[in-house]
Amino acid sequence: MTPLTVLGGLLGLTALLTWVERRFLGLWQDRYGPNRVGPFGILQFVADAIKLLTKEDRVPAFADRAVFALAPVIIMVTTLLAFAVVPLGPGLGVAADLNIGLLFFLAMTSLGVYSVALAGWASNSKYALLGGLRSAGQMISYEVFMGLSVMGVVMLAGSFNLQVIVEAQRGLWYCVPQALGLVVFLVAGLAETHRLPLDLPEGEQELVAGYHTEYSGMRFGMFFLGEYVGLIVTAAMIVTLFFGGWLGPWLPPVIWFSLKTAVVILFFFLLRAALPRPRFDQLMAYGWKLMLPLALLNLAVTGAAALSTGGAP
Amino acid sequence: MISQLRSLWQVLRHSIRPRATVQYPEQRPYLPPRYRGRIVLSRDPDGEERCVACNLCAVTCPVDCIALQQTTDEHGRWYPEFFRINFSRCIFCGYCEEACPTYAIQLVPDYEMSEYDRQEMVYEKADLLIDGPGKYPDYNFYRVAGLAVAGKDKGEAADEAPPVDNRGLLP
Repeated sequence: MTPLTVLGGLLGLTALLTWVERRFLGLWQDRYGPNRVGPFGILQFVADAIKLLTKEDRVPAFADRAVFALAPVIIMVTTLLAFAVVPLGPGLGVAADLNIGLLFFLAMTSLGVYSVALAGWASNSKYALLGGLRSAGQMISYEVFMGLSVMGVVMLAGSFNLQVIVEAQRGLWYCVPQALGLVVFLVAGLAETHRLPLDLPEGEQELVAGYHTEYSGMRFGMFFLGEYVGLIVTAAMIVTLFFGGWLGPWLPPVIWFSLKTAVVILFFFLLRAALPRPRFDQLMAYGWKLMLPLALLNLAVTGAAALSTGGAP
Repeated sequence: MISQLRSLWQVLRHSIRPRATVQYPEQRPYLPPRYRGRIVLSRDPDGEERCVACNLCAVTCPVDCIALQQTTDEHGRWYPEFFRINFSRCIFCGYCEEACPTYAIQLVPDYEMSEYDRQEMVYEKADLLIDGPGKYPDYNFYRVAGLAVAGKDKGEAADEAPPVDNRGLLP
């Protein structure tokens, strides 16, 4: 599978996902969502893309032009690169056999914070700056235990290689022995991609649109796409690390992987439909006072269990 | 934590609920007969205009969207020379219908009045007049009012006694 196929497929899927999300939000709110353009409204994303592309691409006079242009590129590049290490099937993926795959993913999500912080800074407007600052605080706090929460998986599998991690789950998916790690990673992934219950960087009610307030046209579209790619990557990582990746009976591995990822993405949509957004101090308190100790506890217990059974299997 | 899981479950249950949306151009909502929509000017059962140009509707209109000019026909009957409603101002409150002493002005269940040109929203008398009597099929103002018009003198209206000659000596 060539990188270009994965890239094209991923971007197409991302565009489609905007429509899927709106349809499902509609379903859960007892309405229809976009259902006019094409069969079931499936061409809505084409209409949206045309609209975004034909909009004026405006750079505010008070913005720092170079950084302003750079910021949306960073989030696209980092999230797309993070997807490179995801194993879609046995030996399938762009760089799935990378022996530091998991570390590479963590590094790329951490780099993503630059996009948001720089966008907020370069916009030179108060709402964008506040959104950028919040986002920097949120992402840096949550990536601390995002990394810690997956160390239990690494301990059990004995490798950072995502292929090896998936293969190690043949007997039992890690969502059972690492249930705590799964919960912590889920919350952290939600915060890293700033999906809706934790979308404080762009909280419409208080910050207009947060760090991308000043962005318009396709530059805004890149932020949007970047976030959706981030969502897919996070869901794919959850599947890979905790739900056995492409493992499954009867169906081909790629289908299993896609199905599991789709279910996780739908769960993210459900979280968006159901839960309210916490305050920023609540978010920070959850992060440092609850999630970090939980991640450390998970790490300690897994380590103790691994030691008592004679080291990593 | 429990309450959040509970709300997740309750939102998920909406997957099998019927949707509240009315798919508008294909499905239409039921509009009750007394729905306050487009304004019409009705005619009496004889086919004459009911409006007597009393200006009460224009006076009561809170947004001043009604304009009319009174004139008289050869028998002394009042009618509007022009009658103009600016529907881009109208708020469909129905006060004009309440104020109308002759049931001439009526609000009907129709709201599909969009135009591309704002000027098109100004309806003239020809646009407002309908052929029928609207919601009051039997009512004819001049047949119950005491005013003398063509074909009906004083005292000839329904439930009306002949005028008393209060200078006569007869009991």
